Amino acid sequence: MSNAAEISAAAIRAAAANRRGIARSRAARIGTERIIRGTLLACALLSIVTTFTILVILLAQSVSFFAMPQVSVWEFFTGTTWAPLLGEEKHFGIWPLIAGTLLVTSIAAAFALPVGLIVAVYLSEYAPSRVRSILKPVLEVLAGIPTVVYGFFALAVITPFLHDHISESFGTFNALGAGLAVGIMILPIVASLSEDALRAVPRSLRDAAFAMGGTRFDVSARVVVPAALSGIVASWLLAITRAIGETMIVALAAGGLARMTLNPADEVQTMTAYMVQIFTGDAPAYGIEYKSSFAVATVLFVITLALTMAGNLFLRAFREEYE
Amino acid sequence: MTTPANAPPPLNVDIKPPTLAVAVSTAVGSENQPEEIAIRAHGLNSWYGTVQALKSISLEIPKCRVTALIGPSGCGKSTFLRCMNRMNDPIPGARASGILTLYGDDLLARSLDVVELRRRVGMVFQKPNPFTKSIYDNVAFGPRLHRSFRRTDLDELVENSLRAAALWDEVKDRLKSSALGLSGGQQQRLCIARAIAVGPEVLLMDEPCSALDPRSTASIEQLIRELETNYTIVIVTHNMQQAARVSDRTAFFFEGTLVECGSTDRIFTNPANKQTEDYVSGRFG
Repeated sequence: MSNAAEISAAAIRAAAANRRGIARSRAARIGTERIIRGTLLACALLSIVTTFTILVILLAQSVSFFAMPQVSVWEFFTGTTWAPLLGEEKHFGIWPLIAGTLLVTSIAAAFALPVGLIVAVYLSEYAPSRVRSILKPVLEVLAGIPTVVYGFFALAVITPFLHDHISESFGTFNALGAGLAVGIMILPIVASLSEDALRAVPRSLRDAAFAMGGTRFDVSARVVVPAALSGIVASWLLAITRAIGETMIVALAAGGLARMTLNPADEVQTMTAYMVQIFTGDAPAYGIEYKSSFAVATVLFVITLALTMAGNLFLRAFREEYE
Repeated sequence: MTTPANAPPPLNVDIKPPTLAVAVSTAVGSENQPEEIAIRAHGLNSWYGTVQALKSISLEIPKCRVTALIGPSGCGKSTFLRCMNRMNDPIPGARASGILTLYGDDLLARSLDVVELRRRVGMVFQKPNPFTKSIYDNVAFGPRLHRSFRRTDLDELVENSLRAAALWDEVKDRLKSSALGLSGGQQQRLCIARAIAVGPEVLLMDEPCSALDPRSTASIEQLIRELETNYTIVIVTHNMQQAARVSDRTAFFFEGTLVECGSTDRIFTNPANKQTEDYVSGRFG
């Protein structure tokens, strides 16, 4: 009983102390709130406006590119010769650039998607908490390395290794070296996002499988990975998007020769590397080459946008399953 | 998945064909006749790190009977349950000492094949936890872990397991649809079917009805009564009435010790211990 008396005495003292403060008027409260809301809205609008501006410029420049007499829309989307700079007759068929991009991205994906998933399964299902507490930060450091570093890592380490140990046909610039470097770059994305998906699978499902005599591998491969599949696919799509848009590594290590090839030892040019070439070279501003890079950028934008949206769809499907 | 060659021969020679769900319970009071003991604990201790969860538990669990473990939260009844299929193994710092045997096989032995043990001792959890797979694949999951089947054999096994869990009639037309579309009570019966499909001798149930509505609870309780013909069942429950309804024997745990164990009738009508009497009559806990 004395306890209850103490509590009510304390409440009375608190109320008395409260009355000694300076009251904030209703008008002041509403005014501050209005300013804060305005600032937040302005910041949100800024990002939307920027995105739209970029989009408008991309489209406007692309339209003016296609309006040029030397350019044919048909050739752009079906042509297999990309020769914007050399020779008398310029050719703008985008497929060599798409082929270069796909080749590098496929190599990166073939390396990073399975390895990233394996790393994620190890981190989430196998690693003791101490190992995990070391490995996870290391992965995050890997994700923070500037991509230019991966670019010269490809030039200085991967390509010489390929040349010396795999085949003499690997030149200074080749798709495989660049693709592997891009793969190393996107590995942490796959590993980290997939691990989040795996860890989100409820403990109770693992318990059920263990209680039926499942081994750790049974539980990982037959229960946890299938249950997290949409999250894993989302991580894959987002990583592929990053690989397609990656610029620095391919500009340094893949070369600058746009051609239709599936040979990983060949020099290739990706869409991004072409844009770097145009904007860092001496192509005249507002000339046809300059404008062509906007058309390429638009195609790239459409591809990555589609992949990002697909990735988000999978991610939403994954979240719905467990909420 | 086949059984490792070096595993001890399983006592159940084959997957036990679950009998019809309508089988009548044969468990009528038979305290005076000597019963075969399935699980025997003697001086069993268990720790989580430095906290002792079980203190010298000695308890015998008869074959093909329902044994209820009751007691307030944290009394050690779930720990005891999880010792019997070694589900505490992955918890860091968890260990056990003393004697715990299943038909004479040492369950605490370091050399014990845990995979083989869990085939023999199935478990049903507090919350229904069906896999995000079809109803069929949920039931077939366990059998597929341990051996490969001809399609028709697997179909038969799935059907019999679902019948044994009194779920077949409700789901036979939608075996391929997701298990998550079932109601809570159906999901829990699916989890029981899934456990049965592996062919266990013992079924451990950790508060199997605590997440269910009264109607589903009644159907699970009836099912437990029917399953006891073929399975040794150990059930942890917080619900006194449930223990009284479904079990043949009741063990009352308190603060890590076994206070009293005996036939359910006696524990509920004439407990020897004052604490037991207070608990079963609802005066504490």
